[in-house]
Amino acid sequence: MKNENIIQYIYGIADNALILGQRLSELCGHGPSLETDIALTNMALDLLGQTRSYYQYAAQLSEDGKTEDDIAFLRIERQYKNVLLVEQPNRHFGYVITRQFFYDVFHLLLLQELQNSKDETLSAIAKKAIKEVSYHQRFSSDWVKRLGDGTEESHQKVQDAVDGLWGFTDELFHMTEDDTLAFESGIGVDVTKLKETYYKRVSEVLEEATLTIPETKWFQKGGKQGIHSEHMGYLLSDLQYMQRTYPNMKW
Amino acid sequence: MSEKEIKNSEAEATRSLEEIFEQRIARDEKIEPKDWMPEKYRKTHIRQISQHAHSEIVGMLPEGNWITRAPSLRRKVALLAKVQDEAGHGLYLYSACETLGISRNELYEQLHSGKAKYSSIFNYPTITWADMGAIGWLVDGAAIINQVPLCSTSYGPYARAMVRVCKEESFHQRQGFEIMMKLAKGSPEQKEMAQDALNRWWWPSLMMLGPTDAESVHTEQSMKWKLKRKTNDELRQQFIDQTVPQADLIGLTIPDPDLKWNEETGHYDFGEIDWEEFWQVVKGHGPCNKERLSARVNAWEEGEWVRDAAMAYAKKQEDKKLKKAI
Amino acid sequence: MKNNWPLWEVFVRSKNGLEHRHFGSLHAADAEMALENARDVYTRRNEGVSIWVVASKNITASNPENNGELFEPAQDKVYRHPTFYSLPDEVKHM
Repeated sequence: MKNENIIQYIYGIADNALILGQRLSELCGHGPSLETDIALTNMALDLLGQTRSYYQYAAQLSEDGKTEDDIAFLRIERQYKNVLLVEQPNRHFGYVITRQFFYDVFHLLLLQELQNSKDETLSAIAKKAIKEVSYHQRFSSDWVKRLGDGTEESHQKVQDAVDGLWGFTDELFHMTEDDTLAFESGIGVDVTKLKETYYKRVSEVLEEATLTIPETKWFQKGGKQGIHSEHMGYLLSDLQYMQRTYPNMKW
Repeated sequence: MSEKEIKNSEAEATRSLEEIFEQRIARDEKIEPKDWMPEKYRKTHIRQISQHAHSEIVGMLPEGNWITRAPSLRRKVALLAKVQDEAGHGLYLYSACETLGISRNELYEQLHSGKAKYSSIFNYPTITWADMGAIGWLVDGAAIINQVPLCSTSYGPYARAMVRVCKEESFHQRQGFEIMMKLAKGSPEQKEMAQDALNRWWWPSLMMLGPTDAESVHTEQSMKWKLKRKTNDELRQQFIDQTVPQADLIGLTIPDPDLKWNEETGHYDFGEIDWEEFWQVVKGHGPCNKERLSARVNAWEEGEWVRDAAMAYAKKQEDKKLKKAI
Repeated sequence: MKNNWPLWEVFVRSKNGLEHRHFGSLHAADAEMALENARDVYTRRNEGVSIWVVASKNITASNPENNGELFEPAQDKVYRHPTFYSLPDEVKHM
């Protein structure tokens, strides 16, 4: 497998961590309670930490003097390979938690496979991240239950979020060409195999939370090919603002 | 005993309690939550500790403004961790305050209604990345000068919270200075950005150490209770003396034409502070007073359904457990 | 509804071999959340390996007004301390 393909494969994982980390960090200082604020930021820090490990490795593989920051800040929108789910905005806390939950369940399953990667660096990153993400999943599942089985208002709000975000879950299991290449060479994960366990776990929690599992069969896709939602451009203009305005400087 | 006699004897008892109390503090003994304390001590502490807590959480906002736009991943995680620490510090301080018999909610209400104050410095806008450097270096620098002595203040829970705060804060100022240093040694645009931030934050940072001793109303009592170990003017001088050489080191200029080393006093002389601006911002007319307060109020109000949901859920779980037990 | 999260006291064991020590308090709707919040608030810098949380309302505290009767009687029981007993210097390991 060529380095360029591995790099693309890494983007497919790491960009999710970056964009979700960016979304969570928007909330710092605006959480519903101080305790929750701190917890959300901890998750953002975990995700951004993982992002850095992946990008540093990708930079090393690229052998063209790129840095983690070039990768994080200086690609054009089409080159970001995150799924649409993670770029969805923080409409309200119900959305934040549901987005997190939908991603955490997938993320943990992915990492549990990725730790067996033939690529030692990816395996090591996955092993470390599993501990962090296990906690994320615990945190977001608990909150889905609290909101779902809390008050009428919270039930309605989190149900809206579940309905609104459900259509983005299927994309998690799409295989890009780079995914297939990576899987075939023993580096990557066959995400299609995670699908059944994923929906089983998600459904269990939603049921416990007294929430209704949407019946829609229409799913959104495109993020993995770099075709993003309208939200992505705004997210990137924040993310890239400094690097774009002041090119080639050290910070 | 007549009513008057009873009153007199009560007053007598309180007076002697108060004497014992003051003696304890003078002996450097700590006061703990359930100990008897004069009402004034309780009130003063609620005011100061909550003001301090409010400053931490309002202080998250100007820096939070740059988290999503930090110029590198390293800077982003450092800033995020720093702003998160401020939430933690707010939490420690609210907890300390709650031991005095007031709830965090009541304290929030005081903040949201504008009754309680917070440090005015956070009513200034953060308009460039360099402001992250300036805040860490100057604002945290001034805060540390204020806070370190509080680690040995007389009220136990406050002192313990401050020990934790100071321990955690030690990276904040370094983080800020490093940002400034990098800018000052960077491109001409970066250097200009750094100097501009210093220009805007220098005077507010000096004001942050409080009105001059002549105008300060709380100093004497606060000294006695070890809420203060040095006067505002002494702290300000200490801050200036330690900061000027740091600015020199990275080639930035303190925006004060009257600033000069005084061989005789062993301190820097400095120019007149614009106290009118200070009072204007304190009274609510700073550039960002309204934004800061409304951001806090919004977070609280928009979070209400979330907090309620968690309580409702907890109650349902509790009821389920009870039913099972029966 | 204005139903505020109750207060919890947090105790953290910094490493095995040490006791749990009172670290501070926080608000949470239930014990599970209190534990998670304690982890997020009080162990951000790797401060702990074990956490206890106790609802503050469940703590019974002694009253400082009774400190005289509670604690002063122990002050003169000097015979409870090893220094009360004088032994010749030649006695080792005691």
